[in-house]
Amino acid sequence: MRAGPIGMDFSYYLIQILNGVQYGFLLFLVASGLTLIFGIMGIINLAHGSFYMVGAYLAYWLTGVTGNLFYAILLGVPISVVLGLLIERFGITFLYKRDHLYQVLFTYGLILVFNEMRSVLWGNDVHGVPVPDLLSGAIPLTETQSYPVYRLFISLVCVALAACLYLVIQRTRLGMTIRAGASNREMVQSLGIDISRLFAVVFGLGAALAAFAGMIAAPVSSVYPGMGEHVLIISFVVVVIGGVGSIKGAFIGAMLIGLTHTFGAVFVPQAASMAVYAVMALVLLWRPQGLFGKA
Amino acid sequence: MPRTPLPIYVLLALGAVALAVYPLFGDVFYVRLVAKVMVLAIFAMSLDLLVGYAGLVSFGHAAFFGVGAYATAALIAKAGIADMAIILPVVLVAAAVAALVIGWFSIRTSGIYFIMITLAFAQMLYFFFHDLPFWWGADGVNLPRRGLPRLAFGDTVILDLSDRTVFYYVALACLVLAFALLTIILRSPFGRVIVGIRVNENRVRALGYNVQNYKLVAFVIAGTLAGFAGFLEASRTAFVAPAHLSWHESGLVLVIVLLGGMGTLYGPILGAFVLVMLEDWVSGITEFWLLVMGLFVILVVLFLPNGIAGLVSTLAQRLRPPKPDVGKPVEREVEAADV
Repeated sequence: MRAGPIGMDFSYYLIQILNGVQYGFLLFLVASGLTLIFGIMGIINLAHGSFYMVGAYLAYWLTGVTGNLFYAILLGVPISVVLGLLIERFGITFLYKRDHLYQVLFTYGLILVFNEMRSVLWGNDVHGVPVPDLLSGAIPLTETQSYPVYRLFISLVCVALAACLYLVIQRTRLGMTIRAGASNREMVQSLGIDISRLFAVVFGLGAALAAFAGMIAAPVSSVYPGMGEHVLIISFVVVVIGGVGSIKGAFIGAMLIGLTHTFGAVFVPQAASMAVYAVMALVLLWRPQGLFGKA
Repeated sequence: MPRTPLPIYVLLALGAVALAVYPLFGDVFYVRLVAKVMVLAIFAMSLDLLVGYAGLVSFGHAAFFGVGAYATAALIAKAGIADMAIILPVVLVAAAVAALVIGWFSIRTSGIYFIMITLAFAQMLYFFFHDLPFWWGADGVNLPRRGLPRLAFGDTVILDLSDRTVFYYVALACLVLAFALLTIILRSPFGRVIVGIRVNENRVRALGYNVQNYKLVAFVIAGTLAGFAGFLEASRTAFVAPAHLSWHESGLVLVIVLLGGMGTLYGPILGAFVLVMLEDWVSGITEFWLLVMGLFVILVVLFLPNGIAGLVSTLAQRLRPPKPDVGKPVEREVEAADV
């Protein structure tokens, strides 16, 4: 395929770039929540990937019930937020003053619980979620190659969400509190801001973003048991590259990893999964605290 | 750091004797399970050196366990070498080199970064063994039982690990040796510095120690011992797969360390026993035993932060009659806060 005329080569690479960016956007949705939860709450949340998985399974289940992915998302996001808030209120609350080690193990236990609940509710099979009819077409690039509308839709929705997130964090009072909480928690608290409510908001937001990512990714990636953990670990890499607590860093890191992963799969299929970690190691050599991390 | 009290040593010695005589009358299934526990205990002890003593929370320790197991498997299945005199040095060097490289990157960071970076590197090695066709892929490889490591002197075979009884006693001896080795290391000046780094890194640095080098050496020692445990595991099961270095394995061994009680060398042994026995018991009752394990881990974190060892020492303190002049209440509070 790559031996074809130049025009075909170009569209082939265009498709790869679009795929990489789209994957990067999905990672950004998960990693931004992860980095906010680290930065503001000081919590290392391994169960964050589970929200992604729960989102995807909710999309599968609710699409089956309602017949349309959009309705599934409308119903599924509130469910995920409630789930996130419950976990924050009855689990994570106990971890704020504890060492990272306990946070890791507690949320590791949560992953096991999530996985078994999923296995009880939905079984261990791989499922597909149909692309909504409205978006099932493809845009032709050349005579032989085309790009699915749905993938483009994912990227556009993510751009919109990222923009919203940016505006909320930079321009609103809530965003101001979040930024303040990330830079100095005690000061925010002593200025009379209800930190526990802020924590709940951040955790709920993170859960919603991760679950939403799982939902819109479901038709592309299919729905399978280990999907949460896979995305969690890659999101860790994104957060490490970008710097803990930095949304901007999460964005750059997500794009870098998305493109590395996609092009790695094209050029060195055997080592594609490793390439992502090699990029991380290189970035750490250069900046141990990540691209936008505080020293 | 509290020294291990004498009664504990007595109990440990009794425990070692009990393990030594157990195969004489024990059920075959449980003798094999105990062998599994002993290998896991060595693995967990090596992690405890990092987590409990040096204060380095590694979430990728299974990487070295896996490197040890794969090095063993490669020599046996690819090169047809069964001689322990060749396998062991290769395993130890491979694990040490992996730990040196990963440690060199990781110790430059701390806290959350350290946790995530060790996890990421372990994951990288996981894919290295999972994706490259040379390493048998996702399903792993079954080793011929006849080809399992053995130690021979001329034509006389001294140790043949394919014999399960021999393996049991080798594992027991290794467990005792690992315990002794780590005890000696921790009592040496090197060990004191390592513990000092956890308690107050800046003060140790101000005293003129090169903190990074000490951390790196601790990381390499722990990784090498974990690789040795991987060698034992490959010899025990005659099976090696990428799952040996999955992040679940890293999480599991952290759970064992916490459950037993970190910062004590006997804690990980207790933790390995309790966790494996619990797993065996619960998985016999319900298909969804991971749910029970998950809840169990959560409860341990919430209610047993110092593990079984912590529980034992608390109970021992309650049983002991209070001494009249232990110190003023304020001092005791400070001590308690230090833990």
